[in-house]
Formats: sequence, structure tokens, C-alpha cells
Amino acid sequence: MSESNKKKPNRRDFILTATTAAGAVGVGAAVWPLVDQMNPDASVKALASTEVDISSVQPGQSITVIWRGKPVFIKRRTQDEIDSARAVDLSELKHPEKDEDRAVNPEWLVMLGVCTHLGCVPLTDKGDYNAWFCPCHGSHYDTSGRIRKGPAPTNMEVPKYEFVNSNTIKIG
Amino acid sequence: MSDHEYTPKSKVGKWFNDRLPLLTLANHLTDYPTPKNLNYWWTFGGILTFCLITQIITGIILGMHYVAHADLAFQSVEHIMRDVNYGWLIRYVHANGASMFFLAVYIHIFRSLYYGSYKSPREVIWIIGMLIYFLMMATAFMGYVLPWGQMSFWGATVITNLFSAIPLVGDSITTWLWGGYSVDNPTLTRFFSLHYLFPFLILGLVVLHIWALHVPGNNNPIGIDIKKPSKDTVPFHPYIVIKDLFALLIFLIIFAFFVFFSPNILGHADNYIEANPLVTPAHIVPEWYLLPFYAILRSVPDKLLGVIAMFAAIFVLVILPWLDTSKVRSTVFRPIYKQFYWFLVADVLILGYVGAMPAEGLYLLIARVATAYYFAHFLIILPFLGMKEKTTPLPLSITEPVLGGSADMAMARNNTDFKEKL
Repeated sequence: MSESNKKKPNRRDFILTATTAAGAVGVGAAVWPLVDQMNPDASVKALASTEVDISSVQPGQSITVIWRGKPVFIKRRTQDEIDSARAVDLSELKHPEKDEDRAVNPEWLVMLGVCTHLGCVPLTDKGDYNAWFCPCHGSHYDTSGRIRKGPAPTNMEVPKYEFVNSNTIKIG
Repeated sequence: MSDHEYTPKSKVGKWFNDRLPLLTLANHLTDYPTPKNLNYWWTFGGILTFCLITQIITGIILGMHYVAHADLAFQSVEHIMRDVNYGWLIRYVHANGASMFFLAVYIHIFRSLYYGSYKSPREVIWIIGMLIYFLMMATAFMGYVLPWGQMSFWGATVITNLFSAIPLVGDSITTWLWGGYSVDNPTLTRFFSLHYLFPFLILGLVVLHIWALHVPGNNNPIGIDIKKPSKDTVPFHPYIVIKDLFALLIFLIIFAFFVFFSPNILGHADNYIEANPLVTPAHIVPEWYLLPFYAILRSVPDKLLGVIAMFAAIFVLVILPWLDTSKVRSTVFRPIYKQFYWFLVADVLILGYVGAMPAEGLYLLIARVATAYYFAHFLIILPFLGMKEKTTPLPLSITEPVLGGSADMAMARNNTDFKEKL
């Protein structure tokens, strides 16, 4: 290349840059389907909501249902459990959330039964708070499903749900 | 590559070799000058090649009978065990073969650590080796998921959830890996596809690993540079070939013991229960060869930092050639490093042990101390020791202490001279 070429971009430089840029966009567009095919497909997304009959659940009992391949805990809490969940000072919590926000209807706690650490299913009525305990790496949750002790970073997730009627919950 | 020009004797051979020099390559591999003092710790390269080929062959056969579907995978594995002719044998060889592969690779890695084989000019061999090791772990992990038992499912859940620790994009990445909202059929099918692919990537890297080895030639137990070919070397064939084959036979006896007498001892009984997304086994443990890293993961009480520590434990090995500042390769001449070497071996074994135990109480404390020591070894002890340690004198050549002059002459060249030469 001559001196003048280095100083001043000419038409060839422009064409090279434009071609490379167009090529990069083209390669990106071609690769994206190869990457995106791994995301949840239409059949997986179609299973996005579940209706659950809760009429037979007694106070203190908990049932587990599957939603999107994951367990969902539906717990009918006793008055003691509600009281202990609501009495907690938020400053004690690793992930501060009010019980009132997690269980809008205080008797019913609906949440994903998935430990927020590495995805194991916690055991019910176990652990330091006699609520949920994850056997994999020792996370303790309270009667509101909030993380109290152990490696999990956040409270167990409350999915979007609604009471269709007094006996049926629709999750998702 | 070869030090002398090679011409095939036959006319056909010459005609072919002029067009594709495969015979030159074969001649290079046969005559390849090898240090004559290589001990049995050097036979594991050959053993590992054997392991890889065994896994590929048995794996291709299993793939003919296995069905990668969440509803059928577990049954198809039992079908292989009960119905397919010799299916039990092929599956047990494949499953135990993975363990044998890791046993051999750990010996191979610790041999390299003892004799300084990762040091200049062999850094690239070492880094390729670490890439192979990393791919081996990924392959073994995905292979363990395929039978779709309880440990398969929950092991996959825990390991893929590691990625959810990444800030901001973690959840999207995990969903992308799963192809859904949990480990399920899409996860199984993609793991099968990749489990089939990775061994061939490993094979390609093994070729590069050996190519990179053949540029400087083998390190040796006393770790000095040698002239090639010379009195210090022997041709690869027949000397090393026979030695490697003998070692392989001994290795196969151990391999066969596991396959025929205790094929399930290295596995977990829980994996003979079909995957159930609602019930986590009381005690999730990875396969034994991943336990030290699992212990490091669990020893850190924070999710993201635990994941970072685990990956850092592997990455620190990759940059090892630059962390070890000592120019003397072999531990034979490094009296202080020798002690730290064995501390590290003990530390990794302890990490492996606590990785298999529940993460609480004393086990957790031991795991934390051992994790701290692991990183201290590589990041503090190695860099400083290399600068401070007084090494013992290096011999001039492999043969000299045996054949040449007095012992004084042979050991004349001390450490400083050696450093100058480098």
C-alpha cells in the first residue's frame, strides 16, 4: 500500500468495510436460528397454565402439582404458620418480602417448589423453621417460603395464579 | 518433523508418499526419539488413548439401542441390560470406562505436575490437555444424564442451575439450555446429541495434543533438556510401544475387575429409579471424578461466588505454567516443592471425600479449609516458592550419572548454570 492509501480511505476501503459489515450481519442472521432452536418450543409454551382442585386440602396439608415441568407447592397454612410468617421482622430476611405480598389469601401459599439455589425440590415440614428444607445443599425456608438460612439467594418464587372459584386455583 | 529425510523402499510406497506423506508420518512416529528414562507414569498417554477409543466404540454401539426420549430412555437402558446380546457388557464397559478414563487422566495430570511437564516449552500441550479434561467432564456429565434415572435428572438440574447464578442473563441461559422451564425431554435429546459429538472433538484435540508434544519431545523424570536423537533417547518403536502395552495390560486387569466383579460400585443406586421431577433424592452426589469441584462449589456460602470458585479451580490449572515460577521442571530436584506437591495431592483427595459427604458441620469446615488451601497452592505457594527455593544440582544428561566420569562431574552443573542455559 502506498502512503496516500494509508492516510485517506479510498473506495476500496469503503467497499471492504461495507462488505465485512454486511457479511457479519448475514452470518449473525444465519446463526441465530441455530441458537434460538434451543429455546422453549411452541409445544412447551402451550402447557403454560394449569387448573388445580384444592377442595380436599385440609389445614396444615400441602399438595404438589406440576406446572411447566416444575413442582408447585400449594399449602393450606394453619393459623400458627400464618402468624409466625407475618411476625417476622423484614430486616432479618436475606430477601425481604412481606408474607402479605407472597400469600394474598393468607391461608393459601402457592409457590414453585424449587430451591432457588440449584433447583432441587425442598422437603415439606422440615428444617429449622419446620417449613421447607432443601436436602441438596442445606437451605432452610420459613412458613412463607422465604430463605432464612443456607446458600439459596432468594425466596421460593410465587408464580402468577388466581382463584377461579373458592375450590380452584389457576396457575400461569 | 523427523530429523532425517525418509524415503519409502517400494516404488508404490514412494509414489504414494510423494502425493500424501502418510508413510513419512508413520516413520516419524516409529523412530520418534524418546527419553530412555521414562518411567511407568509416562504410560498413561497411551492408556488414555485406549480409553477414548473404547468409549467411542462402546458409545456408538449403545447409541444403536438407546432411545433418547424422556418416556423411553430409562426403559431402553434396561432393554440394553437385559435383552440386547452382550448389552450388559457393553454398557458396563462404557459406564466404568468413564471412571477408568478419569482415573487415568488424573494420574496423567498429577504426573505432569510432579515432573513439571507443563513448563516451557510445553505450555501449549498442557493447555490443550486442560481443554480435553474440561470437555471430558462435560461429556461425562451429559452421558450420566442419558439413562434418565433419579441421579441423572437431579444431577442435570443442579449442574444446569449453576448457570442461573450468572447475573441478569442467568435465567434466560438456563431456560435456553433446558429448552423449557425445567430439565425435560428437550434437555435429554440435546444432551444425547452433544454427548455423541464431544468425544470426536476430544479426539481432534488429542491429535493436537500429540502433535504439540512431538515438537519439543517428551519431558522426562529428571526434567532436563536432552539432545535428540542421542545416547539419552530410544526410538518409540519398539521400546516405548512394548512398555505402554505392558502398562495397558495391567490397567485392563483393574478395568476388568470393575466391569465383571463390581460394575455398579462407582455408580449410585438412585440411578436405577426412573427420573421423577417431584422428588429429589435425599443426597445428590455427582460421580466420584467431579467430587473435588463439587466440594469447592458447596464450600462457598454464596451461589454466584460458589460457581465462580468452582470454575476458577479449573481455570487456575490452565494458567499454571505461568504461576509456577521455578525453572527447574522435575520435583526430584525441588526438595520443598516435593512436600507441597504431596500436600496438594492430599488436599484434592480430601476435597473429593468431603464432596461426597453432606455439606454441614465439620465436613463443611474441612471443605472450606481445603478449598482455601487449593487456591493458595497455585496462587501463593507456587509463585513464591519458585523464586525462593534452593534446588539441588541437575545432571548434565540422562546417561551421565551412569556412564560419564565421576559423580562430581556428573552433578557439576548446578541450578544457576541451568537457569542461564534457559
